[in-house]
Amino acid sequence: MAASSTTVSSAGPSRPAPNFLERLRGGDEAAYVITFIAAASILLVTGLLVYELFINSADARAKFGWAFLFTQTWDPVNDQFGALPFIYGTLVTSFLALLMGIPLGVGAAIFLAELAPPKISDALTFLIELLAAVPSVIYGLLGIFVLVPILRVIEPSLRAVLGWTPFFSGPFYGVSLFSAGVVLAVMIIPFIISISREVILSVPGDQREAALALGATRWETTWDVVVPYAKKGIMGSIFLALARALGETMAVTMVVGNDPKIKASLFAPGYSIAAVIANEFTEATGKLYTSALIELGLVLFALTIVINGVARLLVMGADKYKT
Amino acid sequence: MRDLHTLRRKIVNAVMLTITGLCTLFAAGTLVFILGYLFIHGGSSLTLDFFTKLPTPVGEAGGGMANAIVGSAKLLALAMVVGVPIGFLGGVYLAEFGGSTFSFVIRYVTDLLNGVPSIVIGIFAYTLIVLPQKHFSTLAGGLALGVMMIPIAVRSSEEFLRAIPNSLREGAVALGASKAKAILTVVIPAAKNGIMTGIMLNLARVAGETAPLLFTSFGNRFWSPGWEQPTSALPVMIFTYAISPYEDWHRQAWSAGFVLLTLVLAVNIFARGVLAKKKHVAR
Amino acid sequence: MDATRPLLDTAHKLSVTDLNFYYGAFQALKNISMEIFANQVTAFIGPSGCGKSTFLRTLNRMNETVRNTRVEGRILLDGVNILEQEVAYVRRRVGMVFQRSNPFPKSIFDNIAYGPRINGMVANRAALHEKVEQSLRRAALWDEVKDKLNQSAYGLSGGQQQRLCIARALAVDPEVLLLDEPCSALDPIATAKIEDLIFQLKSSCTIVIVTHNMQQAARVADHTGFFLLGRLIEFDNTAVIFKNPAKQETEDYVTGRFG
Repeated sequence: MAASSTTVSSAGPSRPAPNFLERLRGGDEAAYVITFIAAASILLVTGLLVYELFINSADARAKFGWAFLFTQTWDPVNDQFGALPFIYGTLVTSFLALLMGIPLGVGAAIFLAELAPPKISDALTFLIELLAAVPSVIYGLLGIFVLVPILRVIEPSLRAVLGWTPFFSGPFYGVSLFSAGVVLAVMIIPFIISISREVILSVPGDQREAALALGATRWETTWDVVVPYAKKGIMGSIFLALARALGETMAVTMVVGNDPKIKASLFAPGYSIAAVIANEFTEATGKLYTSALIELGLVLFALTIVINGVARLLVMGADKYKT
Repeated sequence: MRDLHTLRRKIVNAVMLTITGLCTLFAAGTLVFILGYLFIHGGSSLTLDFFTKLPTPVGEAGGGMANAIVGSAKLLALAMVVGVPIGFLGGVYLAEFGGSTFSFVIRYVTDLLNGVPSIVIGIFAYTLIVLPQKHFSTLAGGLALGVMMIPIAVRSSEEFLRAIPNSLREGAVALGASKAKAILTVVIPAAKNGIMTGIMLNLARVAGETAPLLFTSFGNRFWSPGWEQPTSALPVMIFTYAISPYEDWHRQAWSAGFVLLTLVLAVNIFARGVLAKKKHVAR
Repeated sequence: MDATRPLLDTAHKLSVTDLNFYYGAFQALKNISMEIFANQVTAFIGPSGCGKSTFLRTLNRMNETVRNTRVEGRILLDGVNILEQEVAYVRRRVGMVFQRSNPFPKSIFDNIAYGPRINGMVANRAALHEKVEQSLRRAALWDEVKDKLNQSAYGLSGGQQQRLCIARALAVDPEVLLLDEPCSALDPIATAKIEDLIFQLKSSCTIVIVTHNMQQAARVADHTGFFLLGRLIEFDNTAVIFKNPAKQETEDYVTGRFG
């Protein structure tokens, strides 16, 4: 597809390929160079980004080493910084989001791809894909003023059912890891639906026909044959959603409570990497404080790179089935 | 026994249809709910002041977000200047000129950049511009948003250029055009609609971004002339006002949210509508 | 129905009366009536687009998976109209093998076991294993795969995959087996194996096969129906159709004057 030669199939009088001078005058060399530079600058920008993250976190890295990742204390007054509360909060809220988001997202994707009539499917898909365009701060706004009050109302019932576990114990003030998990779940569902739906739609029709011809019901065909075929792509969509949830900043910081402590209960307030950077960066006094925050940024960067990498492998693998 | 089994399968079929349908309704219903709630709380309290007045001193009621609107516009303009040329030209390279190894690397790194959380991009702009200059600025904020635009601009430009059939390129070259001329005068114009809508969607996405602005353009209670001063931006105002303790600020946050969401969704609906129509014609 | 010569007097497994079929406004099948005999092989031949595959797919109601289609007429299986019965039940009794093999991305064992499992046909694992072995033997594939039942079905050759699909269809003990151009994607050796298979199967099954290869029809079928533009032009013993057809169109087709 990206042909770099200009030979043309001979339908009319044939033309010799242009020589260097012709190409130069025609602007070919210039065009190549300009676009090449643009493409290369992407490498430059990304490389620079990694470099800057690395260099500017040097102070914190030098002082704390790898223990940074396992230290629980976050005490700016005494210049003691540890990443563990934020890693914990990031992972817990993202995990919660997946727990709630996967069944809803995959379920809806199955409905839209397999079971719904085409017109309804298209209309609903359009609506749901618009959800992916809603800015994070809007989710945060609704989180603070709508979700948290609702959660305060249903909290007693939740506690009644699940209060015996350590996850739902302790006082609840509205802002908490749980609230952040719910908001994140709502935010990632459109991604899971959008990608999973495409993957399911691309499963070859003859797979469905084979199952139906054996007497399977529509649900059996979908669940036993189509979904397993699309498994890789669906997993990929989940990893992509996870990568998004990990890096989500505004909605989380508005409902998570912003408390750098590790507690077992999901009702307790917590903190995430992105949230602490957002909240404390401009307040950071002293080079070590800023450096620690930037090191947190580096940790988040590494985490999302890995998850995204896995997701790409899975979604690409699913594509191979398409032929 | 056979009939019972078959009946059970039919029941399972119907139940799962209902459950998955409910999942879908929940997802779609969320958008309807978000819009509805924002309209009620934000749209109904939207006044002309919102668009024309500056914010009042802290604690005082009234005022508007005129500077935030202008600030966002400036940031987006700068983001376009940074992100679109690199992204578009990079996309042209991948679609028209690329060799296989280098193209693979570019695509990989582009996807990498796409996956970087927006707050980390904010850190990048901070270290690059705010630190050396020792002050916040529109420039830093615009750069952060511009960097965010690059990966999507690359991917969407490449996709729309590739969709143009080779026969068009060959036709132009057969008439004597150089490769560059063919691309400039035939391929790009043919892909124009797709590329334009791609840019619009990209802009709509970064228009709502808050995190990268928090310590680059930072914020400003007043007008921000030029590019070297901190500036207010709509999403940042929403955040600041929402977490504040003032009722009046909450009301304004809702208004701002309504305006922002309306703009973002309007662009999305328009762009997707145009794109969808185009798809049917091109095939 | 135009029967100018008496057909063999054998029991009718399927009896189709005045079948009309529409894709939206387009009528794909016009007034088809025919009898399909039990434990015999019936072939449908005709040029591309004549409706033979469409007709085949009405026999197990597979065309209902396409939107905007309509069927008129009666299709009797052992005297009962399948259009009024539970569709999953019909499809278990009337099985189908498709033009391109379409094994599931599961192991060989799980592919065969799928039909019996979902139809609740076996009571325990031992019975399931027995059923899988029996089906693979019927499809003349057992010896080739008995040591690799847990491997992916995609590891088999094209011809083996198609026989796997036949075994999978046989596993639900269908009374009728519909084959939609089953050999069109296979080489001559694989084709010969499947044709041998058809001979062996007809004692336990009624076979209906659509083929664009006239020689194949001549080799395997007891009865042949010639379709043209959505109509059944002629239906008779294979020998009659090929050596002594009653209709001019039939003669033109089998002598190669068109199609």
